[in-house]
Amino acid sequence: MGIDRRKFLTIAGLTTLTTLGKSVFSSSPAGHDPIETGSETVKRLAMAIDMVKCRQNEGCAECTNICHKIHNVPDIGNAKEEVKWIWKENFEAAFPNQHHDLLEDNIKNSPAVVLCNHCDDPPCVKVCPTKSTWKRESDGIVMMDMHRCIGCRYCVAGCPYGSRSFNFRDPRPFIKETNPEYPTRSKGVVEKCNFCAERLVDGLLPACVDICPEKALTFGNINDPESEIRQILKSRHSIRRKPILGTNPQIYYLV
Amino acid sequence: MLEKAITGDKRYWGWIALVLMMIGAGAIAYLRQLDQGLTVTGLSRDVSWGFYIAQFTFLVGVAASAVMVVLPYYLHDFKAFSKLTILGEFLAVPSVIMCMLFIVVDMGQPFRVQNVMLYPTLNSPMFWDMISLSGYLFLNLIIGYMALSSEKKGIAPPKWIKPLIIISIPWAISIHTVTAFLYSGLSARPFWMTAVLAPRFLASAFAAGPALLILIIFLMRKLTRFDAGKDAIQKLAVIATYAMCINVFLVMMEVFTTFYSGMPEHMHHFEFLYVGLHGHNTLVPWMWFSSALAVVALVLLLTPKFRKTEVMLGFACIAVFVSIWIDKGLGMIVAGFTPSQMGEVVDYWPTLNEFMVSIMVWGIGLLIMSFLYKIIFTVRGETNPAVADEEEKKELTVPTK
Repeated sequence: MGIDRRKFLTIAGLTTLTTLGKSVFSSSPAGHDPIETGSETVKRLAMAIDMVKCRQNEGCAECTNICHKIHNVPDIGNAKEEVKWIWKENFEAAFPNQHHDLLEDNIKNSPAVVLCNHCDDPPCVKVCPTKSTWKRESDGIVMMDMHRCIGCRYCVAGCPYGSRSFNFRDPRPFIKETNPEYPTRSKGVVEKCNFCAERLVDGLLPACVDICPEKALTFGNINDPESEIRQILKSRHSIRRKPILGTNPQIYYLV
Repeated sequence: MLEKAITGDKRYWGWIALVLMMIGAGAIAYLRQLDQGLTVTGLSRDVSWGFYIAQFTFLVGVAASAVMVVLPYYLHDFKAFSKLTILGEFLAVPSVIMCMLFIVVDMGQPFRVQNVMLYPTLNSPMFWDMISLSGYLFLNLIIGYMALSSEKKGIAPPKWIKPLIIISIPWAISIHTVTAFLYSGLSARPFWMTAVLAPRFLASAFAAGPALLILIIFLMRKLTRFDAGKDAIQKLAVIATYAMCINVFLVMMEVFTTFYSGMPEHMHHFEFLYVGLHGHNTLVPWMWFSSALAVVALVLLLTPKFRKTEVMLGFACIAVFVSIWIDKGLGMIVAGFTPSQMGEVVDYWPTLNEFMVSIMVWGIGLLIMSFLYKIIFTVRGETNPAVADEEEKKELTVPTK
């Protein structure tokens, strides 16, 4: 007899515990390996933002405008209830740990285009109690189901980047021109950048990448060594927002 | 037995009418929130949780503190608490219900609350909080009800209740631990990301809860023929004293670690609370008031002469309760969000509407508590308490060894 009852129960119990433990501490479903940057077999979408190019065009807000237009992001006109998917922050706000008073003016005064970092280990996904937000297995995009979201705003508390917005009121009256191609949201749900998942299926690039007049945004599969984004990251110095937190953000800033 | 809640004198019904008016007024405010969204609150994209979540946190502590009467009675055979255990359990029941309601009123889409059960998510502390709170509610309802109905019939409670009582003790610890995990696991919020948060929550709960229970006992002694006895009150006072000392100690640990290490990300939140940040100081007077009350409470509690004088003890209990309510019910949550991830300070203060919705939830809690306490005292007035207590003790006491 290879295995007696006690041994079987021990093994079964330990397996259950390990599986349970894994599912508590990681947001990826048990049994699947999370999509890690560096694995070449899976696609992992990421973005590089050239801050040198971006700062040439002071006052430009093309990326924000097009994104908010096509995604029916409301303009509430009240900073406290603002809904934003992509916008410019000053350098210190975006990179509090990399800022110092004597930093060269060019960088210090550079605006940083910020958006959802589509983290490899997204804290928002980890905390969501309804799986309304999840990391897509096919390309690592952090997705959002606004129909399942209960509006508890745990993800807003969990996101270290301020990338998530909550609809404090019905957003529809605040949309200037509704794009029929993309759904509008109801009040009481959270939303954020989706890397233009709806455009990617049509073979298009994210709208912000397409429209940028300075061509400052590069988008692509970071797991493909031949991709443009990989070539750029190889040749330029890049930083990320709060890398110390271990979220492995997938927006790279070229300084 | 339940019908005892709907029989009573004019004074009782007057009180119930008052509570119902509270609920009604608050319900109007909640309907307004349902209609317009959380824009009727003072919350913002930077301070996205506020008064509701803070009340939830505080009340989890009140609920958990029932263990401070259950544990000494059942594990240490501390007989003076025999009349108090049901009071503790029936304080926990409305507290847990208020906790759940505060979560629901905080939701943007409260009609989707069932999604938490439809898509159980093991990696979300909120899922575990739901499990632990509903389990704790169930345990306290069953235990309190069975103990009281046995007392009414003058028989010993059924044997199967004992394991439930034993389970309810660590379970009480778990509800406040999981509540702390909601916050302390977030790398985004340095103010909360401290291992001492759960112990601190428990310590403050075990100070505020027994303090509240002492005040309730004083009040009930005026309103009913119920008397918990000097022993029980003094023991509760000692428990509150120890817990308050530990609570203040843990806060000081936090202050040392934060300010000696000198990490700005950690210091800013404390600065916002106690001295103000970038000219924003909404909470500063409140936090100093809370600290002053904590000092007053400790002086009164630690001096045996004062602790043993009921008037002084009453003041001490009010000081403990209010001090911790301000700390947990105002400071703790808001400071976690201030400054924001972008280093910005956005002021938050609950709106009138938000406050009225809270009045509704407190009203519902008070209503349930009034019903439950009414049942306890009516039942006890009918039976011969001395005999029932003897029986109960003989049968229910779990040997300490």
